[in-house]
Amino acid sequence: MTYLAKPRLHHPTLARNKVGYLRRDYEGAISTLCAGCGHDSISAALVQACWELDIEPHRVAKLSGIGCSSKTPDYFLGNSHGFNTVHGRMPSVLTGANLANRELLYLGVSGDGDSASIGLGQFAHVMRRGVDMVYIVENNGVYGLTKGQFSATADQGSKSKRGIVNSDAPIDMVSLALQLGATYVARGFSGDKAQLVPLIKGAIEHRGAAFIDVVSPCVAFNNHAGSTKSYEYVRAHNEAVNRIDFIDLAEEVKAEAAPGGYVDVPQADGSMMRLRRIAEGYDPTDRVGAMNYIAQHQALGEVVTGLLYVDPHPVDMHAHLNTTDTPFNRLGEAELIPGAGALEGVNRSLR
Amino acid sequence: MNAPINAGQVRPASAVRPLAAINDFVVKFANVNGSGSASANELFARAILRMGVPVSPRNIFPSNIQGLPTWYEVRVSEKGWLGRRGGVDMMVAMNPQTWERDVKEIEPGGYLFYDSTKFLPPERFRDDVIAIGMPLTEICNATYGESRERQLMKNIVCLGALSVLLGIESTVIEQLFGEQYKGKERLLDSNVKALHLGRDYATQCLESIGLRIERRDAVGDRIFMEGNSAAALGAVYGGASVCAWYPITPSSSVAEAFTAWCKKFRIDPETGRSRVAIVQAEDELASIGMVVGAGWNGARAFTATSGPGISLMTEFIGLAYFAEIPVTIVNVQRGGPSTGMPTRTQQADLIACAYASHGDTKHVLLLPEDPTECFEHTAAALDLADRLQTPVFVMTDLDIGMNTRLCRPLAWDDSKRMDRGKVMDFDMLESGRDFGRYLDVDGDGIPFRTYPGTHPTKGAYFTRGTTRNPYAKYSETGQDYVYNMERLLRKFDTAKALVPQPVVRRARKKATLGAIYFGSTSPAMDEALEVLDEHGVGLDTMRLRAFPFPDSVKAFIDAHEKVFVVEQNRDAQMKSMLVNELQVDPHRLVSVLHYDGTPITARFIIGRITAATTRSAS
Repeated sequence: MTYLAKPRLHHPTLARNKVGYLRRDYEGAISTLCAGCGHDSISAALVQACWELDIEPHRVAKLSGIGCSSKTPDYFLGNSHGFNTVHGRMPSVLTGANLANRELLYLGVSGDGDSASIGLGQFAHVMRRGVDMVYIVENNGVYGLTKGQFSATADQGSKSKRGIVNSDAPIDMVSLALQLGATYVARGFSGDKAQLVPLIKGAIEHRGAAFIDVVSPCVAFNNHAGSTKSYEYVRAHNEAVNRIDFIDLAEEVKAEAAPGGYVDVPQADGSMMRLRRIAEGYDPTDRVGAMNYIAQHQALGEVVTGLLYVDPHPVDMHAHLNTTDTPFNRLGEAELIPGAGALEGVNRSLR
Repeated sequence: MNAPINAGQVRPASAVRPLAAINDFVVKFANVNGSGSASANELFARAILRMGVPVSPRNIFPSNIQGLPTWYEVRVSEKGWLGRRGGVDMMVAMNPQTWERDVKEIEPGGYLFYDSTKFLPPERFRDDVIAIGMPLTEICNATYGESRERQLMKNIVCLGALSVLLGIESTVIEQLFGEQYKGKERLLDSNVKALHLGRDYATQCLESIGLRIERRDAVGDRIFMEGNSAAALGAVYGGASVCAWYPITPSSSVAEAFTAWCKKFRIDPETGRSRVAIVQAEDELASIGMVVGAGWNGARAFTATSGPGISLMTEFIGLAYFAEIPVTIVNVQRGGPSTGMPTRTQQADLIACAYASHGDTKHVLLLPEDPTECFEHTAAALDLADRLQTPVFVMTDLDIGMNTRLCRPLAWDDSKRMDRGKVMDFDMLESGRDFGRYLDVDGDGIPFRTYPGTHPTKGAYFTRGTTRNPYAKYSETGQDYVYNMERLLRKFDTAKALVPQPVVRRARKKATLGAIYFGSTSPAMDEALEVLDEHGVGLDTMRLRAFPFPDSVKAFIDAHEKVFVVEQNRDAQMKSMLVNELQVDPHRLVSVLHYDGTPITARFIIGRITAATTRSAS
């Protein structure tokens, strides 16, 4: 977007978080995406969420596939390792990375082409396995980097910039994630940061497969009349089911009264995630109810956003595999190699 | 015991003298798969081994679970030849579907052991083969009530009869039963009974034959093991903590054996928790992706696959090469292309692996000859992958992987440490050392890397498959690209000295002819060389154990007028690689190619080399 370098100086009164970092310490290289791209707002939301949650930047591993969305990990968390993998295959690389070191926070950033088209298989299986991660699809319904072809999330009947009407049925990523066993499923909108940042924070706190579908308009190729992924369309059809607040148990925070009341979801670190209900009676811990609600509103042309489902007691891949607490990349000869004596026993059993 | 109706049908061969041999012959079992023959056949081989005589059995099986033909060929060789010789001295023909070709395969003067329950007309036999009929079905039907038991025990009754004919001691087989059915007294008892049922019949009704097993002490301390199990154990000793795989014949048993070894060796005794993660992925794209992710994050990881899996993994292999991530791939080769011959053996993935991916790439291949080297090379591959930060292939094949082979005992040096390669840790970063992820600091082409999460402000970088400068920043300049590609070549050159070196064997007299071979061709080659030498054809040989080729390979070729390159594929892939990499004159390399899916035989090699040397002499 810009070729001007960021200033090195910062204002001396900028706030530091509990681990001593400025918000700026969570930023990355300058974005090369188009001005107004929804993806840059998501990067900014990620920066804010990590800073607010006092996460040490280097304890995050960012992984992505190929496409505009997958370029973004270069533009936030510059002190984290990042891995721009191959198209549609980020989930498997993230899975392997997570197996190697269970102590880092794994952030998978992908797009709708990357996850719903070429990578649908890996998307499905990473959810099934319950990999402890935050998986974000920056969903604009279009291939930006190759200039405007439809992706698999484009709505049937929506129109491309060149006037072509999409005839294929769309893939709804949140419905899919719910069906496949993701234990935290949300949808946000890059144009609503106030909603998005808490959704990301909730996903980071979640100790299982957390998925956020973020509708993120492509200003270059999918922000016109006839598109169902434009700023205008999403603003007009956004149906939020709830808003998230984070409450540190140490400080008593008075929750703002909301029409539907609120639900508290305890977090692994002892804090509490408080959900203010917007939709009357919506229960985000009811998986089947969530699927039903999303399908009904989808039929009405509404984009349901908010925290759609959360399992307060997720079981992750490492628990399934019963692996040791020590990350595998720290295991040494003593833990890994049985030695010459054991091998002599093997030889004896093979004679 | 009541004598069955068709008792003792032995048709003497009229046209030829019966074969006679002690501890040197080939017995082949023709069976139907799913009939329980496999375990009885393996007992047959093990019993001979326990009598101190080397054997080398091979399964020739279909891509099927039940009902199709399967064979088990046992080479008995006191001299210790473990390859296929070629030809069959005794056929145990238990499959009517393949009767004709089985009978045809027997050497003149050889023996045909068959089930004589049903009458077979004389034209289905050969005049120059001694037929030994035994009414196996009839005996089993008379003894056992239940149909599955009839079928399973038929194999053991047959084993009993063969043990008498060939002089295999019954106590040896009984001891093997004892080990196999430890704590299962009922099974042990019924198997011993069936064995003696067969033995008694043979003693009473069958005439003796010319093939004999006699007790020797020619096995020594060698072990009897499958290559896939050995490769899996090599991965344990190489320190692999992540295994991601997708089922494919003939490699599935690598991951399965790894799982079994890890149950034994990788459970934390205090917590009962696992020091390994084994994931059956959704496909080979995912299995290699997981290995790449784990390798990037500092754990040792491997996958095992076969040809079609390699094709699917190719994009990721290119990424791992270019982004420089340690990856270990055990490729148990089978017959290609496409689905090809999934249950047959070949060495036909050499080029596909050596140059896998689009763009300019070169990969390290290790070429084990037997299970012992499967163990050693897989452990070494994990070290090499870390040292070189690149994919390393262990190129085994079905012949080594899925057959039980007599081989050197496995050994390990406890003072050996894992070579984790050039990794900058917290202290090195903190000391202010310059970190350029793709910077060649030592001139060997190998840069330093960091594991994610090491240091709060130093050493983080963005890994990508796109071009970058030595400090891992995105770059599209030609200069950065060329620097990187040339450094990768330098790194490949460094690998030459690190990989297992070739093994050279000199002919008794100074030779002008040479032969190059590798992998599962070894045992057949050993025998062929001995026979050729007896016939006055002396060859110096070089057994390749890795790619890239060390400089000694070119020197070997240069030192000989003509060099045979023996390989198990159609297109002379190793020869192409030698020509391509070493700039040698292609005319000096003469291919000996065997690629029908069965393991190469000594007779085939002898035939081809003899023909070529005679032609050139005349």
